[in-house]
Amino acid sequence: MTVTHTAHGAAEHALPWWRRYIFSMDHKVIGIQYLFTSMFMAVLGGFLAMLIRMQLGFPTAKFYWAQWLFPGGFANNQIKPDFYLAVVTMHGTIMIFFVLTTALSGGFGNFLIPLQIGARDMAFPFLNMMSYWLYPPAIIVLLASFFVTGGAASAGWTAYPPLSALRNAVPGSQVGQTLWLISLAILIVAFLFGSLNYITTILQLRTRGMSFTRLPLTIWGLFVTAILMLFSFPVLLAGAIMLLFDRTAGTSFFVPGGLVVGNQLVQHTGGNPLLWQHLFWFLGHPEVYVLILPPMGIVSEVMATNARKPIFGYIFMVGSIIAIAFLSFLVWGHHMFISGMNPLLGTGFMVTTLAIAIPSAIKTFNWLATLWRAKIRFHTSMLFAIGFISLFVTGGLTGIFLGSPAIDIYVQDTFFVVAHFHFVMASAALFGIFAGTYHWFPKMFGRMMNERLGRIHFWLTFVGIYATFFPMHFAGIAGMMRRIFSVSIYQHLQGLAWVNIFISLAAFLLGAAQLIFIYNLFRSIFRGPRAERNPWQATTLEWEADSPPPHGNFGPQLPEVHRWPHDFSVPGAPADFIPQTVPAGAVPAAVHGGSEESES
Amino acid sequence: MMPPGETDRAATRTAARNLSLGILLMVVVGGVGSFLIARARWWLPPEASTQAVEIDRLFYTTLAVTGIAFVLVHVLLALFVWQGGRRERAEHFAEHNTLELTYTLVPTAILVTLIAMGSVVWARVHQPAPADALLVEVRAEQFGWLFRYPGADGAFGRYEARLINTRTNPIGLDPADPAGRDDIVVRELHLVANRTVHVRLRSKDVIHSFFIPTFRVKQDAVPGMILNVVFTPNRAGHYEIACAELCGVGHYIMRGKITVEPQQAFDSWLASQAPAAP
Repeated sequence: MTVTHTAHGAAEHALPWWRRYIFSMDHKVIGIQYLFTSMFMAVLGGFLAMLIRMQLGFPTAKFYWAQWLFPGGFANNQIKPDFYLAVVTMHGTIMIFFVLTTALSGGFGNFLIPLQIGARDMAFPFLNMMSYWLYPPAIIVLLASFFVTGGAASAGWTAYPPLSALRNAVPGSQVGQTLWLISLAILIVAFLFGSLNYITTILQLRTRGMSFTRLPLTIWGLFVTAILMLFSFPVLLAGAIMLLFDRTAGTSFFVPGGLVVGNQLVQHTGGNPLLWQHLFWFLGHPEVYVLILPPMGIVSEVMATNARKPIFGYIFMVGSIIAIAFLSFLVWGHHMFISGMNPLLGTGFMVTTLAIAIPSAIKTFNWLATLWRAKIRFHTSMLFAIGFISLFVTGGLTGIFLGSPAIDIYVQDTFFVVAHFHFVMASAALFGIFAGTYHWFPKMFGRMMNERLGRIHFWLTFVGIYATFFPMHFAGIAGMMRRIFSVSIYQHLQGLAWVNIFISLAAFLLGAAQLIFIYNLFRSIFRGPRAERNPWQATTLEWEADSPPPHGNFGPQLPEVHRWPHDFSVPGAPADFIPQTVPAGAVPAAVHGGSEESES
Repeated sequence: MMPPGETDRAATRTAARNLSLGILLMVVVGGVGSFLIARARWWLPPEASTQAVEIDRLFYTTLAVTGIAFVLVHVLLALFVWQGGRRERAEHFAEHNTLELTYTLVPTAILVTLIAMGSVVWARVHQPAPADALLVEVRAEQFGWLFRYPGADGAFGRYEARLINTRTNPIGLDPADPAGRDDIVVRELHLVANRTVHVRLRSKDVIHSFFIPTFRVKQDAVPGMILNVVFTPNRAGHYEIACAELCGVGHYIMRGKITVEPQQAFDSWLASQAPAAP
């Protein structure tokens, strides 16, 4: 193995630049490609969010620049309702599939898995390159839909048929929805390539001594996530193809007979709209854990390193990741309490849904116990890790309302739901990404990021998120429905104008704050001070490699693992951390935890 | 000039204090405080049905439980962050089974209680309608609501999609069916105070959601299905129906009107409506 890879490594340097940086098979390059592409999409998705907030906060204001940018979407310098729906739909689609999933699994998964398990690359480097190179075509197809007849898909990111199936139901359902489905299908294939690769790599290529109880929690998070993706995404792929057939080939999987749309009798018969919802949410719920398990792992590692303490209850942490993943396949019905599904099923889904709060609570308290009696280093990565706990708790607790079907009758499809998932999934996952970026940036680029700018970025983002999403609870409690173009129509929403103005201003601040991050990132890539091999004094294997690691990651000899990843502040040890590669006899091992040698 | 180690320590203490205070002031004080302010202005609409009372009670119970957890976790977080900036050396504290079991079992017990309370309310909301309930059909369409009362015979007439004519026969009533001759089709929903309503909910085109904020009623209207919604309005007055499921460009204007009135007023209103027979 070693010999062939070293030879391969030497050959790599002879490759032309486009084989090294564009069509590369090196997991680190692919990971960074995924991260940069996700960042580009995040800017786009964030910009769409600003358009939504412009309309909801300032419905009567005129935006001359926007009219100039989107001549088709604006009339009289104000956003048109059909374009608004396209913006809402594309914001959700882009952020969930094209930003968070790709950045976490594609970006951090690729970059970290071989480095943290002590491998030279992924098990299937070519498949890995294929996985990345399906992503730009998916983006092109998706963005092209803004320029076709009827505009981009506008049936929401959940694309409920018949709205998404019938061409005259909404303008976005003409060509845009077809492109949306094709784009998603391409991206799903990319995800499946990626997750197969991650699972195989973690199972097969762990270096000597890297047992499962010595895996960093990032790897546990990414491993279980890959399994979730492999089981859940094919279901959405099947659903997407069925919907594509309903739209183009005259099948009727999701469209029942006897419908009249736009004064025209619909020529479908025998389908059921609820079938789509079951298929969609069978993916859709595991998907939110695809977005939260990797951040949980990232945050755990960042927290242990900066608290100079082992993560508390490592085995419970791993167990709760697995429990959450298993339960996530059994809770999809909580998105459908009022969908027309049998109410008895609602009771069952309530039980499984609230059960998932138990492993989530375990994780939260374990993080708290990790911070107890810690000697904290307040690096930017750690600020985001601590912020993650706060966001996860705030968003998780509102999940208890939504998991109870009787309360859900009232709050379902209101901004209460929007507040909930923007805290627990969107913002928390974003904080995981930021924590990971500030933490592993030195390893990725061999330079340090600016900590001062990092702190400013953290504070503006943390305050911005609470200011933006917390008041959405009140809009939801007052009954404000999701995806509405204006709050001026209904009596019960009359008092909400000021809430929406406040939310919009906070959202603009939040969006602007991200420019600081982008500036810091690019400036540090070129101008940051050189990073040492192990700037944070961490224990895991990636810090044994050069910053940035060469092709093949490690020197001629792969590192050997002798202890679990969290030997921080071991009593009697000379330093407050012991890398995983230090043999057991060299220094005292952990008193507790996964170090087998210590018990013999 | 302080020695470099001392400056580091001072910076760490400052960072710990800032984050700790940030969490306490913004999240705990700001979070709880904004809820208290919101209660006055941006809160649940007035209750106007019997199930609204029950759902709100469950909502408040859950709010109390989650509110306590919210404050507890954030206060602990702020405290540990504060202390974490002052310690000289971290403690190697990796496992404690009793502690972990405690915070597994306590949330479990709380959640089991909430599940039990929630399933009682959920089951009660879904009880079948009593025989004397007021039967009315609600049909959603892009972008409005149509209501049909069965008339004196208590039976709805047959309808067919191909017979729908927006102006003369919006429901698509079949003229051959005698049960449909006395059906009354209207654009405004009238209900009787303190009398249970049995809504048969359906849709003409795409999925909508029948949402009456003041009644705490919400049910998707799914094309191809007829769904039963049962509730009891208990305060006379004028209310609104909103659509809560994205249904197209006019989703945000899909408003319906409800009048809840005493039985007598309802009877005379119904008598004044002409049957819809095509």
